Amino acid sequence: MLACIRIFYIKMKYIGKRLLQLIPILIGITFLSFAMMRIAGSDAVEEMYNVRESAVSEQVIEAKRAELGLDRPFLVQYGSWLIGILHGDMGKSYISGRDVFMTFLSKLRATLLLSVLSLGLTVLISIPLGILAAVRQGRLTDKVLRGLSFLGNAMPGFFTAMVVMEIFGLKLNLLPVISTGVNLKSAILPALTLAISMSAKYLRQVRAAVLEELNKDYIKGLKSRGISDRIILWKNVMRSASLTIITLLALSIGSLLGGTAIIESIFMWDGVGKLAIDAINMRDYPIILAYVMWMAIIFVVVNLVTDIIYHFMDPRIRLGEGEDS
Amino acid sequence: MSDILAVNDLTVSYAGDESVSGLSFSLKEGEILCIVGESGSGKSTILKAVAGLLSSDGEIRGGQILFGNADLTSISDSDLRKLLGSEIGMVFQNAGASFHPMRTIRDQLYEIQRTAGKMDRSVFEKKAEGLLESFGLANPKRILDSYPFELSGGMQQRVGIAAAMLLSPRLLLADEPTSAVDVMIQRRVVEELLLARKDYGAAILMVTHQMGVVRRMANQVLVLKDGRAVEYGPVDQVLRTPKADYTKKLLAAEPRLRRA
Amino acid sequence: MTKKSKKSAVKTRLIVFGCLTILLILLAIFGQFFLPYDPYKQNLSNTKAMPSPAHILGTDRFGRDMFSRVILGARTSILSTLLLVLIIMTVGTAIGLLAAWYGKWVDSLLMRISDLFLAFPGLVFALALAAVLGGGIMNAVIALSFTGWPKYARLARSGALAQKKALYLDAARLSGDSTGKMIFRHILPNIVGPIIVTAILDIGTMLMEIAGLSFLGLGARPPILEWGSMMSESRNLLITAPWVTLSPGLAIVITVAVFNLFGDALRDRLDPSGR
Repeated sequence: MLACIRIFYIKMKYIGKRLLQLIPILIGITFLSFAMMRIAGSDAVEEMYNVRESAVSEQVIEAKRAELGLDRPFLVQYGSWLIGILHGDMGKSYISGRDVFMTFLSKLRATLLLSVLSLGLTVLISIPLGILAAVRQGRLTDKVLRGLSFLGNAMPGFFTAMVVMEIFGLKLNLLPVISTGVNLKSAILPALTLAISMSAKYLRQVRAAVLEELNKDYIKGLKSRGISDRIILWKNVMRSASLTIITLLALSIGSLLGGTAIIESIFMWDGVGKLAIDAINMRDYPIILAYVMWMAIIFVVVNLVTDIIYHFMDPRIRLGEGEDS
Repeated sequence: MSDILAVNDLTVSYAGDESVSGLSFSLKEGEILCIVGESGSGKSTILKAVAGLLSSDGEIRGGQILFGNADLTSISDSDLRKLLGSEIGMVFQNAGASFHPMRTIRDQLYEIQRTAGKMDRSVFEKKAEGLLESFGLANPKRILDSYPFELSGGMQQRVGIAAAMLLSPRLLLADEPTSAVDVMIQRRVVEELLLARKDYGAAILMVTHQMGVVRRMANQVLVLKDGRAVEYGPVDQVLRTPKADYTKKLLAAEPRLRRA
Repeated sequence: MTKKSKKSAVKTRLIVFGCLTILLILLAIFGQFFLPYDPYKQNLSNTKAMPSPAHILGTDRFGRDMFSRVILGARTSILSTLLLVLIIMTVGTAIGLLAAWYGKWVDSLLMRISDLFLAFPGLVFALALAAVLGGGIMNAVIALSFTGWPKYARLARSGALAQKKALYLDAARLSGDSTGKMIFRHILPNIVGPIIVTAILDIGTMLMEIAGLSFLGLGARPPILEWGSMMSESRNLLITAPWVTLSPGLAIVITVAVFNLFGDALRDRLDPSGR
């Protein structure tokens, strides 16, 4: 009982420590994003009026700058902006005039749907195939799978998108090539595109993780005790390999979040990626800022959660053994 | 008594090079045969060949390994796996590493028991505790709860022997079981191995470079050099009146080897 | 396979893919002098022609020869990528060496900064930075430089720390070498292998990222020929003339594949124990 309380205390302390470590990173992310946008933002007001294609005097521009707070010292601007964020206030879009945070949130649902769908497809494709390749190491199955994964790794997302469009949308005429709204049917092709790129990378990593386990000493031990290959693979190898596999999957969310932008804008999928690309084309800095910052925050938090899960799944770490064994 | 294991003219190669050449020996029920030789003499390869654990670049080039009626060189992987555990057990130099690092000893022992058919958890629990106690492990409940890394080297070694003996195999293969532990524990491990023969009637095929261990355990000794037998016979004969120069050299080097 | 034949197989791979890599780079530099057609010359009587012996990759909507355009595109795509990788490798390695050499607060500051850049997922930061800087291939290279260097900094730092610990450095220090000499003579030569391998394996990724930015209009822009922007420009032709859209993409795939194969071979050669 006492031991339970102690372990619980250690766990809470660990999570607390990790959350504290998050703070400087979050400050760094917000600061860097903000600084980047301010460097560009000084002419944002002119830009804003250029977009509206009206000739305006210096005075009006200066007044607008003051209104947006662009004339104050940099750190003051950062501070008040940061306080605003904590209240969910990220300013208004230069173009539409709508609240940035609400706009971002309203598009986030579509991006999350796309991300989850492609992540799910990736898991379905690459984990079984990665395990298969590892188990059949050096044989034909392995060679074919490695070849496919190599090819996938050499294909940029937008090229894959075009090929997928060409095959499924245009030649077979099965699915909508251009999104018809946020629905499952329209999500399939963009999700498939993202999944192909991710699976190519991930299959390799799954294979390597399983192979590494298969080469460990305990495999010989289990075999010598008559444990069947099936149980060795699923109950033993996968127990260790799944830790690595989960971690790598979480880390690949970074490239997924970056990749959605291009894919969303190709398939006209109405998520934050497309929102960002549109904002970039129209120099709508508050939106770009929200995008960069929130993507980084989501990424950092996902990584933190993965780290914590990893921490509690491995008994060697959980029970406080040194990292070195 | 009949032969439990008979190896005839066995040749094994590693990455193209012959590691064991034309080796023959046999083992009777309840007998202990020690294979001695310096590292690189191919002695571990023999055990791996018997247990079907040669790595992918190792290959049996010729000969027979007869276990009962079965030739282990031509038997299918799954048939061999059925013999392992229940008929043939194995103890490793570093037994701790032969267990899955992230599962408790209990789970892993239960998994072995399950290969021989269903057994009630509570029945198994009693059996496992008794087994661990018989191999000199006090507080067996705590050991069952442990992960391998939580046990000391000597405990890991004894748990390794217990795991190998769980299904009472008739043959125990032991690959340098005393080489990775210090002298005090060495003696304990030797005792436990002798116990495995006494209580379970297992024949033991052991590979070692420690002549002291051979002296205490072996009935028969096979001296191996560069994959070939240079001397093979009863322990008294080989140790007292060695014929081959190589054996004499090994015996002369004994104190140094024991410390190593 | 025996060890010897494995080793010679790696050597063969290294030679074959090394030659292909050099060939690609030569093509990027000198390809412009050997074009079968003027890549900008329109021929409105022969638009969107299917691939044929005369035009092996067909022609685009203005009747321009796709093969010549793709070859000329190699110049921007490949050379800007090489420049980018050179920048991030040099800057990253220098930062990593500084961190390892001076240690203490210099080390923690530089490593926290690199952590910060690693906190931004994939292309996201580069996308925003390219937007801030405005389009153009050089700005795309700069934007990607900001996100690419931390990997090298970490690699160089950990390698240098291991070397710093090695005893012989104390001996070298006693003999009175300057800091610069020490780094260049004793540390850099020992860590340069993995850094070069990482850089070569990075070329493919970076080429795809530059092409990605260009595809979005944040990198090279017409009339400069670059594979990503060429694909973007012709994406409407996917239905009527897929060869126009897809051939620059195919060029990317081939180039990335060659650099990756070369990088893999080099890694296997330098570190035979690795995967």
